[in-house]
Amino acid sequence: MSDDRFDAIIVGAGVAGSTAAYLLAQQGLQVVLVERGPYPGSKNLSGGVLYTRVLEHIFPNYAEEAPLERCITRQVISFLGGDASFNVDFKNPAFLQPPYNAFTVLRAKFDRWLAEQAEAAGAMLVPGIKVEQVIKDGTGRVVGVLAGEDELMADVVIAADGATSFLAQQAGLRGRIDTRHVATGVKAVVGLPQATIEDRFHLDGNEGVAYTTLGAATRGVAGGGFLYTNRESLSVGLVMRLDDLVRTQSRPAEIFDEFLAHPAIAPLLKDGELLEYGAHLVPEGGLEMVPQLYADGMLVVGDAAGLVINNGFAIRGMDLAIGSAVAAAQAVAEAREANDFSARSLSRYKTMLDRSFVMRDMRTYSRAPHFLDNPRLFKQYPELLADMMTRIYTQNADGKQPARNEARQSLKDSRISLAQLARDVLEGARAL
Amino acid sequence: MKRLSILEKIARDKFELDEGHPHIEVHEEEIRELCPDLSCLYVCPANVYSEQNGRIMADWAGCVECGTCRVACPPEGLTWVFPRGGFGIVYREG
Repeated sequence: MSDDRFDAIIVGAGVAGSTAAYLLAQQGLQVVLVERGPYPGSKNLSGGVLYTRVLEHIFPNYAEEAPLERCITRQVISFLGGDASFNVDFKNPAFLQPPYNAFTVLRAKFDRWLAEQAEAAGAMLVPGIKVEQVIKDGTGRVVGVLAGEDELMADVVIAADGATSFLAQQAGLRGRIDTRHVATGVKAVVGLPQATIEDRFHLDGNEGVAYTTLGAATRGVAGGGFLYTNRESLSVGLVMRLDDLVRTQSRPAEIFDEFLAHPAIAPLLKDGELLEYGAHLVPEGGLEMVPQLYADGMLVVGDAAGLVINNGFAIRGMDLAIGSAVAAAQAVAEAREANDFSARSLSRYKTMLDRSFVMRDMRTYSRAPHFLDNPRLFKQYPELLADMMTRIYTQNADGKQPARNEARQSLKDSRISLAQLARDVLEGARAL
Repeated sequence: MKRLSILEKIARDKFELDEGHPHIEVHEEEIRELCPDLSCLYVCPANVYSEQNGRIMADWAGCVECGTCRVACPPEGLTWVFPRGGFGIVYREG
């Protein structure tokens, strides 16, 4: 056995890759984790809310040890119509108690920690090396990767190379990505003193808030905005569907500037300092975009497998990525036991993924992409809510109409028919 | 927060510049034929693409590697790969 021969090669040290590396190394496998960035996390960008329940079984002490930012106890949904905003504000301090539900994270810090856990378990981390392609044998079976100048060989290759996964494409597991199936996420990290954040957002200690915005935030482009609190910074951004950006010939950077200047957002960012600006693709086509997940000698996990759920109010990907890594590690362990890394043997990955929360949730929200393919959600409804509230709160000398009349007038002005409204509500109830 | 231009925003980011090794190649004729809207000119969140003297230019050094252009552009229009290992955008927050 040469030095370059491993039990498993994992491409990409994001949350999926490092979790798979950790679990396999723990079982005594010779694992190499190849990362193209100079350190794990250096190429990774998320909105930043990680639903952490999936971590409990893998890292029981994660809440004390991992570099988490703030524990989300308050969720705000903000409908923006013109300059107006209508908020639904929910807070439950119980979320601050274990079992924790969600934390904000900054990937450059969190992913680095996760990869360190994999290394401590015995995985070999190779940063700063780009995997150019998979290597196949004469029968078409994946037997390794070309990493920089070196050929690395293994029984199995796990593609954890993210939303733009070149490997899954090269291996013929997925075709060209469709603009309907991805969104462009644009994000800024804005530095503010810890005390300012806690005062401004009414947070105590480690508490955090997650804002989701719909409407004017995206100038009507399908998508939404977010603003999350970190310890000493805010993560603020937009996620906009690429087909809609192309159709409307929109400039994401310009829409983002408008969002930052919106009267509902600008005061939250006041006196902040831009620490970083970035962008990333979000695979949000749901089940429709999930590729073939396994081949002879290869598995696909995380964003590379399209495992993201956007239900309109929240986008989840990191917890699904970790869940997929758990299933992949189990499948590889079983394949090793049977000494069979054929597609048939590795198909156990899909069986286990199907049974796990990952695919259960993907199926639960399988209608969400269709429901969200509705321009009224991103323009007319937020405007309708803002208009209705404006009428209800406006007092003039002509005497006041009952609120139900104001609501009816708003609906009339919005040119949304009652039948349309009923259909959308029904569709929403079914999808969510 | 002070309003910053896209160039000023990108200037806050850290890049490892791989001098002499562009990771984006523009195929001008194919783009003009297959994508008359020139989607790369507006859809890139880092404004990497611009038209100069009638030619489409890619200022690849300031690319944040999101891949938006690669999906929006017809496959014949761009050769877009990740920068060589260790190079390109280096997120410190992420």
